[in-house]
Amino acid sequence: MSEYAVELKEVSKHFGPVVAVDGISLSIRDGEFFSLLGPSGCGKTTTLRLIAGFELLTAGKVYIGGRLQGETPPYRRPVNTVFQNYALFPHMSVFENVAFGLEMQKVRKEDIQRRVLEALELVQLPGMENRKPDQLSGGQQQRVALARALVNQPKVLLLDEPLGALDLKLRKAMQLELKALQHRVGITFIYVTHDQEEALTMSDRIAVMNEGRVLQVGAPGEIYERPADRFVADFIGETNFLEGQVQGRRAGEAAVVVDGVLTLHVPIERGVGMNEEVTVAIRPEKISLHAEPPHPRAVPGVVQEVIYTGTDTRYLVQLTEKTIVTVRQQNVGIGTTVYFPVGAQVYLHWQTESARLLKA
Amino acid sequence: MAAQARSKRETWRLLFLLFPSLFWLIVFFLFPLLLVFAISFGQRGTYGGVRWVLTPENYARFFDPLYLRIFGRTLVIALATTLICLLAGYPLAYFIATRPPRWRNGLILLLMIPFWTNFLVRTYAWLLLLRDQGLINIFWTGALHDLLLQVAMAVPLPIWGPFLEATSTPLNLFGTNGAIIVGLVYGWLPDMVLPCYAAIERLDFSLVEAAQDLYANRLKSFLRVILPLTMPGIVAGSVLVFIPSLGAYITPDLLGGAKSIMIGNVIYSQFMSARDYPFGSAISFVLMAVMLVGTLIYFRMGTE
Repeated sequence: MSEYAVELKEVSKHFGPVVAVDGISLSIRDGEFFSLLGPSGCGKTTTLRLIAGFELLTAGKVYIGGRLQGETPPYRRPVNTVFQNYALFPHMSVFENVAFGLEMQKVRKEDIQRRVLEALELVQLPGMENRKPDQLSGGQQQRVALARALVNQPKVLLLDEPLGALDLKLRKAMQLELKALQHRVGITFIYVTHDQEEALTMSDRIAVMNEGRVLQVGAPGEIYERPADRFVADFIGETNFLEGQVQGRRAGEAAVVVDGVLTLHVPIERGVGMNEEVTVAIRPEKISLHAEPPHPRAVPGVVQEVIYTGTDTRYLVQLTEKTIVTVRQQNVGIGTTVYFPVGAQVYLHWQTESARLLKA
Repeated sequence: MAAQARSKRETWRLLFLLFPSLFWLIVFFLFPLLLVFAISFGQRGTYGGVRWVLTPENYARFFDPLYLRIFGRTLVIALATTLICLLAGYPLAYFIATRPPRWRNGLILLLMIPFWTNFLVRTYAWLLLLRDQGLINIFWTGALHDLLLQVAMAVPLPIWGPFLEATSTPLNLFGTNGAIIVGLVYGWLPDMVLPCYAAIERLDFSLVEAAQDLYANRLKSFLRVILPLTMPGIVAGSVLVFIPSLGAYITPDLLGGAKSIMIGNVIYSQFMSARDYPFGSAISFVLMAVMLVGTLIYFRMGTE
């Protein structure tokens, strides 16, 4: 028994001249909630379909539970899928839908009855057995699709943007419920999404993908706080990018000069040399605004725009002629939050470790 | 009051818009149908024509074994035609519907092109193929027979005997039930393919993937998902093939010869040769009743 539920080794998939998946390797641990995150067309759904067996590999190897899959058809793989559009059988009742997989595996009738009802209980949808899918709401269909997959007790559950069609409130509720469900059943979930917040909320680990490649694999905190490159930093959350040149190195820090006038101190990264063009990434919420310089390294700027968004206020602050950064300040409480008007002279401060040096 | 006046106005407007089609249906469809129904209870006049009496004897006459046998054969031929059309047409429709979209219309067009030629001409073409001196038999008793002869001379073995004997006389193709079925299948195949194609093309193939994901192999996914979901196309196609096959006249007339006749030919001869309008009308009505009942049962089965 391998410690990995699913392993991909140098997996590629070409559709004619189009390279959908470009030599990716992933090791997904047993019992893990693993997300494939990326913009549409990044190859995440194709990767999922390669694991399910709906697409055949162009190159590479797929192992499920330590066993090489090769050209094993989908109906012989120990995985089940929750499809983006749910793909419930419209001519069957909820019961028949959920029972389908068990029936195909020739499970005994009494066991089917019991397990289907248990599965519907698990997704909190009891008493709906005799409805047809078109008599259910989107959220209920979603739960049936989940029950239909989980009832088979697969080694791995594959979920292809299962919450995409639900409205925001329901989606948020389902995120937490899915996460709790995964804990309870202990099955490995591989979850495809383009929604970075969803991935951060639910996953144990995330693989960020773009243009058929995996850019970074890590826990949500790791991905968010230490993005591997500019794409990851940009795709996950919001980031200010300041372009400059390394002008000095001292005590694990690099001095980066932006637009020739502004010097920023950033933790040094391996392989970054003197005079190299680099990008400094800094999240808007890591920056604080002050009327007086709180620290010798605080950066002066002028407020260009103030946008009130409810939970926080966003300031666009001009640092140099060419560089504007976004700063987010939480609206802590009336009277305790200091607001700055447009045109105000402010000082920006952040902990040195909050900024990240990326290759340009 | 106002609502009532409005609904009255609506009714008039509806009648006005429906008038052309209603007029057409009543004058050219319902009226002749009633006339035929009335005639079916009449009696043949001495010199043709109809004597207006009310008698069920025409319907009673239909149950003569002679006509029942023809009717039975008609049913078998129509059912066989429908079944063969389904077995040939559904896979074809499936093939076309699963091609890339830009190919599909072209393939459907290819299917339709032969049918721009007159039906009679196409049926005559089958006559040229199937008859004793037809193309198939020219090959059978000519090229194939000669080839076998040469093979037999080169490799003298006793096994060639039966083959040589078989190819020395033409195949009896023309004038059989088989010939009629071939002609009917050829004639009505598109009527099976098109509704099946429409149903398969509408099918959400992620459902097939879902079935395979749930451990159904290809056969099971077909039987449990594809087939039930495309059943409306199969039902529509079968009805569209079965009904014209049951009432077929030209095809059995040309390809069935004197031995194989169908109920359509009987109706024709009652009107045109025997001049027995009442009996012809009665057979027509029995045929219509069978079609109606059969179709209703079939639709009921298909929707369950």
